[in-house]
Amino acid sequence: MNEKNEPILRAENISISFGGLKALDNVSLTINPGEIFAIIGPNGAGKTTMLNVLNGFYKQDEGSIFFEGKKRPKNLKPNVIAAQGIARTFQNLALFTGMSALGNIMVGRTMKMHSNIFSQALYWGFSRKEEIEHRKAVERIIDFLQIENIRRTPASMLPYGLRKRVELARALAAEPKLLLLDEPMAGMNLEEKEDIARFVLDANEELGYTIALIEHDMGVVMDICDRIVVLDFGKKIAEGTPDEIKANPEVVKAYLGTAES
Amino acid sequence: MTDLPMTGPHILIDNAKKFPPTKAAMREKDYGIWQSYSWQDYLDQVKDFALGLASLGFKREDKMAIIGDNRPQLYWGLAGCQSLGGVAVPLYQDAIHKELHYIVNHSECRFALAEDQEQTDKLMHLKDEIPRMEYIIYDDPRGLQNYKKDWLIAFTDVQEMGRRFGKENPDYFMDSVNQIKPDDMSIIGYTSGTTGNPKGVMITHRMIADCSRGFLEWDNLDETEEVMAYLPMAWIGDHIFSYGQALCSGFTVNCPESTETVVNDQKEIGPTHIFAPPRIWENILTQIMIKIEDSAWIKRKGFDYFMKVANRVEKKRIANEQVPVGDSILYQIGRFLYFGPLVDNLGMSRLKVAYTAGEAIGPEIFEFYRSLGVNLKQLYGMTESCAYVSMQKDGEIDSESVGPPAPGVEIKISDKGEVLYKGPGNFVGYFKNPEATAETYEDGWLCSGDAGYMTEQGHLKIIDRAKDVSKLNDGTMFAPKYIENKLKFSPYIKEAVAHGMDKDFVAVFIDIDYGAVANWAERRHIAFTSYTDLAQKPPVYDLIREAILKVNKSLSEDPRLKNSQIKRYLLFHKELNPDDGEITRTRKVRRKFVAEKYGNLIDALYDPAKDSIDMEATFTYEDGRTTTMKANLKVRDVNTF
Repeated sequence: MNEKNEPILRAENISISFGGLKALDNVSLTINPGEIFAIIGPNGAGKTTMLNVLNGFYKQDEGSIFFEGKKRPKNLKPNVIAAQGIARTFQNLALFTGMSALGNIMVGRTMKMHSNIFSQALYWGFSRKEEIEHRKAVERIIDFLQIENIRRTPASMLPYGLRKRVELARALAAEPKLLLLDEPMAGMNLEEKEDIARFVLDANEELGYTIALIEHDMGVVMDICDRIVVLDFGKKIAEGTPDEIKANPEVVKAYLGTAES
Repeated sequence: MTDLPMTGPHILIDNAKKFPPTKAAMREKDYGIWQSYSWQDYLDQVKDFALGLASLGFKREDKMAIIGDNRPQLYWGLAGCQSLGGVAVPLYQDAIHKELHYIVNHSECRFALAEDQEQTDKLMHLKDEIPRMEYIIYDDPRGLQNYKKDWLIAFTDVQEMGRRFGKENPDYFMDSVNQIKPDDMSIIGYTSGTTGNPKGVMITHRMIADCSRGFLEWDNLDETEEVMAYLPMAWIGDHIFSYGQALCSGFTVNCPESTETVVNDQKEIGPTHIFAPPRIWENILTQIMIKIEDSAWIKRKGFDYFMKVANRVEKKRIANEQVPVGDSILYQIGRFLYFGPLVDNLGMSRLKVAYTAGEAIGPEIFEFYRSLGVNLKQLYGMTESCAYVSMQKDGEIDSESVGPPAPGVEIKISDKGEVLYKGPGNFVGYFKNPEATAETYEDGWLCSGDAGYMTEQGHLKIIDRAKDVSKLNDGTMFAPKYIENKLKFSPYIKEAVAHGMDKDFVAVFIDIDYGAVANWAERRHIAFTSYTDLAQKPPVYDLIREAILKVNKSLSEDPRLKNSQIKRYLLFHKELNPDDGEITRTRKVRRKFVAEKYGNLIDALYDPAKDSIDMEATFTYEDGRTTTMKANLKVRDVNTF
């Protein structure tokens, strides 16, 4: 992808423990602008923990994170980090089930809304204009993800694959500088996986999003990612392009040498 | 009449002058909002595109293929191509490679206009094989930015080229338009063809204009109408309706957001005029019935009761008899409680007139809509006649006939019982196929290939394809489609194929309607895994037998057809599919093909010793891959009356 000198995000020597368990041990990684970056590894390798550290949901015990070249204060709240431009989706869906797909996606825009609750309630003046602006942005994403037909359907009525897509839409609606996807294809059939893979590629190529994703399905990751980091038991065991990773004996051992898939 | 403009581009220029900018010519739902284009916008878009084509070297009589869902850009492209004296060749958007190859090659297209990446991909494959195709133009750029080819251009880029070209050649557009004569070819409509390769029906501007105006006058339609454009652009029905009639009247054509949102979009627009094949009417009815079955029992009972009332009332209305006061009051209550909300939900509350065409419609389906108060009428026509032969008149409706001849059309029945006609829509000939043209015309009369007769009221009644009508061994007339259509009135039967030519009795293949039967089975806690599995469940066989008994009962009432009642049936293991070649894209059964492919199944139907048969089935995917599966199909008997 387009090489810029400045990485969008750099994590240096991250370590975090839960009780006695060291979930991440001295892991460093860099994510460059415009790339699709993947973190892979067997179950319990610390992939989701890493993602949670990156978006500030967990605080690392050691190490530091640099976002757009600036060191991030350790105690920064996740909502502030989100406002800085990091959006994410969750492995186990986190949609508002009673809300329509449209409503859920609009939630992704809240960070960007400035009018106060009272003028919003009156739908008057600036807030009216603002609402229309945001709705336009959301409609572009609905068009992009081809979910026009479920716009008004409550999230609880949607099948799993479409809920995943709505969640992706909500993350895209925040127009993040960095988009974190936690197992976007988990539990999907082949067709749904191919759809999502297509959307991830398009979001990267057409809309120019920088994407970091965690994924179990090696095949998909190898096909769509530019660079990969492999974790095993909290440690980084490899980093490189898909071809380099495939050829790396450590990775083969981690995946095939254990009972894990 | 004579001073009216007769070609598409001339009418368009006229409309842009005649109608104010506030009058919408087209609407498209995009980003969740209906975007409107006035007739002036329509003209500007067409002009820019046409000039862009000209700058790419498009000449008079060049052909342009058009493929995709109904988007304003594709209609503009069609008009743009015609403005330069070109000929548009609309294609079915779900056509597979082989069909597309044949048509694009046969029609000698130099240009192609595709809706999106999917269609562009198909055309790009073709381009390698057909060097004559020089340029591919696409509307929706999504997913195409990495396709860097000189011959692949975006619709908007072509328009930009057109604007530049127009500055240098300000008179080019009008000069081109003024060269078009009413008798120039405007489109080639390829018929899906139940046998052999598709044939290119050559149609002129005059035919489209005459037939469109004929339709409009018949129902007093004007520029205030609203229509939905969602049927394939390659179907002559859509061309007449969304292009010809829209131009001639100035009414508004609405393009839905996507194929999945048609129902909702239709509700928002509230069309006043609908033109759809029976398949669509059947689908809507099936959807309604599923929802009714799922509703609370009191609603269900109420619906059934008031539908009966409505049916009685409609029968009286059709017969032009006085409706009894009691029924009249009950009907009003039913309308308030059920029909009104239902019709509104279907987006049909503003409907003035709706047509069904292309195939026979089941009397029950037809009467259902009429009972609801929807002014559904039947129309008979074909690509070769611009869909213009006969249609029903308000106040002279009956479910079995297709109405009197349309204005300007003469109909006669040949000695063999085939319907022949002459009219303004009669086509010029098949493109590069004079033999087929000669076979179709007989002393200036067009042979429809349909068997039928004129009723006492002077209405045309179509029975079946002339070549399909045959005899059973005992000499009884056997009209397979007539029987199949009767079967298809059941919401649980999607398709049927009747056999009986030179046999002792009639036997049928039945294709269940997966959605409806699956819903029925779920409510009865019948577990199943797939279409094949569901179709072979004994309760499903019983369910279908009920439907067949009904058909036998109605056949027994007609002395000519009494002996063609159905005696044996089997449920098919898969849905009949155009990709597998069993039916055409417009869902007409290819009898010969089915008889050859499933000869062993037919043998089993006529072998009294057999009550089941093993079957190996091959499926074809859209990309041409195939897969095989095994099934055991049961054969069952059914009683006759």
